[in-house]
Amino acid sequence: MNKKSFGDRLVAAPYLVWSAIFIIVPLLIMVYFALTDANGVFTLSNFSQIGRYKKAFGVSILYAAAATVITLLLSYPTAYFMTKLKVSSQRMLFMIVMIPMWMNFLIRTYSWVTILEDNGLINSFLRSIGLLELLNVDNLRLIRTPGAVILGMVYDFIPFMILPIYSVMSKIDKSLLEAAEDLGSDSLSKFRRVIFPLSQPGVISGITMVFVPSVSTFYISKMLGDKTTLIGDSIEFLFTALEPDYNVGSAISLLLMLMILVCMFIMNRFSDNEGGGVLM
Amino acid sequence: MKILSRIYIALIILFLYAPIAVMVLFSFNSSSSVWVFEGFSAKWYSELAMDDSMLTALRHTLIIAALSAVISTVLGTAAAVGISAMRNRIAKKLVMSVTQIPMMNADIVTGISLMLLFIFIGRLIGLREYLGFHTVLIAHITFNLPYVILSILPKLRQLDPHLSEAALDLGCTPLKAFFKVVVPSISTGIVTGFIMAFTLSLDDFVISQFTYGTYQTLPTFIYSMTKRSVKPDVYALSTIIFVTVFVLLILYNILQSKSEKKRTETKSY
Amino acid sequence: MKKYFAFLLSAVILMLASLSGCGYEYAELELRGTYDKSLEGTELTVYNWGEYLSLGEDGAIHVNKEFEKLTGIKVNYITFTSNETMYSQLKAGGTHYDIIIPSDYMIQQLINENMLQKIDMSKISNYDLIKDDYKKLYFDPNDEYSVPFNVGMVGVIYNKELTGGEIEHSWNVLWDEKFKDKVLNFDNPRDAFMTAQMILGQDLNTTDKADWDAAAELLKEGKSNLQAYVMDEIFNKMETGVAAIAPYYAGDYLTMKEVNPDLEFFYPDEGTNIFVDSICIPNNAENYDAALMYINFLLEPDIATANAEYLGYASPNTAVIENEDYAYYQNEILYPAEEDMPKVQYYHALDSETTKYYEDLWMEVKLY
Repeated sequence: MNKKSFGDRLVAAPYLVWSAIFIIVPLLIMVYFALTDANGVFTLSNFSQIGRYKKAFGVSILYAAAATVITLLLSYPTAYFMTKLKVSSQRMLFMIVMIPMWMNFLIRTYSWVTILEDNGLINSFLRSIGLLELLNVDNLRLIRTPGAVILGMVYDFIPFMILPIYSVMSKIDKSLLEAAEDLGSDSLSKFRRVIFPLSQPGVISGITMVFVPSVSTFYISKMLGDKTTLIGDSIEFLFTALEPDYNVGSAISLLLMLMILVCMFIMNRFSDNEGGGVLM
Repeated sequence: MKILSRIYIALIILFLYAPIAVMVLFSFNSSSSVWVFEGFSAKWYSELAMDDSMLTALRHTLIIAALSAVISTVLGTAAAVGISAMRNRIAKKLVMSVTQIPMMNADIVTGISLMLLFIFIGRLIGLREYLGFHTVLIAHITFNLPYVILSILPKLRQLDPHLSEAALDLGCTPLKAFFKVVVPSISTGIVTGFIMAFTLSLDDFVISQFTYGTYQTLPTFIYSMTKRSVKPDVYALSTIIFVTVFVLLILYNILQSKSEKKRTETKSY
Repeated sequence: MKKYFAFLLSAVILMLASLSGCGYEYAELELRGTYDKSLEGTELTVYNWGEYLSLGEDGAIHVNKEFEKLTGIKVNYITFTSNETMYSQLKAGGTHYDIIIPSDYMIQQLINENMLQKIDMSKISNYDLIKDDYKKLYFDPNDEYSVPFNVGMVGVIYNKELTGGEIEHSWNVLWDEKFKDKVLNFDNPRDAFMTAQMILGQDLNTTDKADWDAAAELLKEGKSNLQAYVMDEIFNKMETGVAAIAPYYAGDYLTMKEVNPDLEFFYPDEGTNIFVDSICIPNNAENYDAALMYINFLLEPDIATANAEYLGYASPNTAVIENEDYAYYQNEILYPAEEDMPKVQYYHALDSETTKYYEDLWMEVKLY
């Protein structure tokens, strides 16, 4: 056995211990709840109750998927253009992307409400230039739509897509690009054959960090959405009700996790193809 | 092309900062509403100095965010190096799946299951007071870790394995090879991970809510206002933080680019 | 890069440290009770609703600072979002609170579960200021465990510009198709069910499942009429005139009215819910004597008035109600005259089976 690689694997030990205590054990607690009833007796009935959440599951995954695709489409060029800037500007932009997320989540969501609301900034602007009159409507329905919820998700997670892609792209070996140029690649094929495949690990990290948390997000839909209840809101209610139902709540969470794993697995299948042109 | 890319980036920045602009505007509202703007007044800024419970909460948040980001970056960097060195594909996949659990779980489930764990451990060792600083910190490190690991792993995949072998051949100790060769080439990943961890920790209110005991953080403090209405003083506080960070960022960049220029002038290659 | 963040962070922390705690000028309080420094240096952990205490805003009294100055006790003030989160934290243990301020039905539940300790009323010299209506309430029939802090009733807020003037004083307006997409309802089960239960003429504390089923049916029927289920969003929607009609707590209407003068308010003829938030001492409190001192302090006329003005909810304290300088003195919404007083019912803590049943129904309404 190679000594160096053994040492390398050993450095993961503290993390493995940490994850055993603070990730696996809580997960087991959840599994225990999911498989028992309120009296601690084994049952599968928690899962049979999940049927009523079908729509919430579907809508949540759909919204999260849409948000992920849009985030990716917006982030990829951003990250690419970032790498074209001066090093000092890159650093600056890197922070500029992140700093909005240092402001409180609630306030950011409130601000989107102010922007999108029926009497909000966008509608007021359109009204003042007479566009609403032209269209003969009181206001454009921006808020209380699926689009608004997806926008909220895109906004909250976009740095988690831009940054990993940028981080990977910024270190693509310059000599590779030069070699491609020497071999007569134009910039499009240079992008397609060199940059895109090499940036894939960053894209995958980004997709994971956007899709996975947005499936279970809550509050955004409450503030920006219509009356559709997302799965995150349902889980939240089950755990914070006066008579909380940890059992069904845990069962839903487990199932959600399973579904996310399946989605991620499918995605990984695509990305493992060498070169992998198709991602989604 | 260059102009187009600049415009594109400008639009993205506009998107990112539109809500921040609204926040700054309403922090100057003369009425107590954060919804209807009535006129300019700086009164919420002076109110702010008074609200010591909010400032205490902010101090807690900053301490937790800084500590949890540092610790999770160290732990996570080591973990990423270890995971990428794993040869057994199944074990690797397993560890990666476990790593993603805190991300996949709804925050509230992570929060509650951690709380139950803390209660269990606390009672086991017979403590009376155990929810507080330590438990929030542990919880934050736990949900930061996957982001740090996922930021660093792609950089490790890019890393040329021959590089550190060469360093070893040249007589470096493995530790030295790691710090001299590996760390510099994954440093953007480490920084990305650190900043994400800091950001997530700064803004978490769900997981903190179940683990803070009496060590309340700012997001949970703000969230507790939602039965009634959030007042513009919260906006004022956020605006101060925003402006401070932004000014420092610009100052730093000016200084940095000056020193860089000097360096390139003297080294000139 | 690393240095950079260390620098950024320490700068922000420094800035904050320099900010905190300056600028407050202590008021000259006229005190009824006696306070001494016998407990100086100890700590008191107060766990209250968010935005529920006058903390020096707009030149008002900073209750905690005044208390600290008077007694030398350090107040550790933290806040919760709902009775339910407070309850789950109290129940979890692992930490202690010396003072909590939950609502009526929650107090009943806490007493049932032996989670509160008796308050030594002989030490609460200001207790005589509490109005008789709010003594011996159902959840604490012998006045042993709780001291009323504020009182409120739920009513209907409407925007007279959007509704085209006065509307029927009934919960039915929430179901009226004339106002389709302009109506809001509560985003919490007990209050939302209440609006339907009142129309159906039910006892709010019914344990008959058929009653809850009927109320849930009515809520489902009304869902298509609603713009949204709201809690804090109501301030946005009513202040900016995006919604026309919404039920909420009377005190909060007064806050909204200041921003949007078109807003009007009524208590529906069918009756409504009344609630009391009271001060309690949990079993695991560690500074019982300081807690007693703090409770007595909250009842002080000056302090109670400052709180009532800040909160905008009605006060159970006669020193406030009868104070002519009180901003809401004889306010007809907070303190309706006897003949205008709506029919009111308190929420009681229901048995866990019923609670589970209606919360389950609520989920169905939300998912419907």
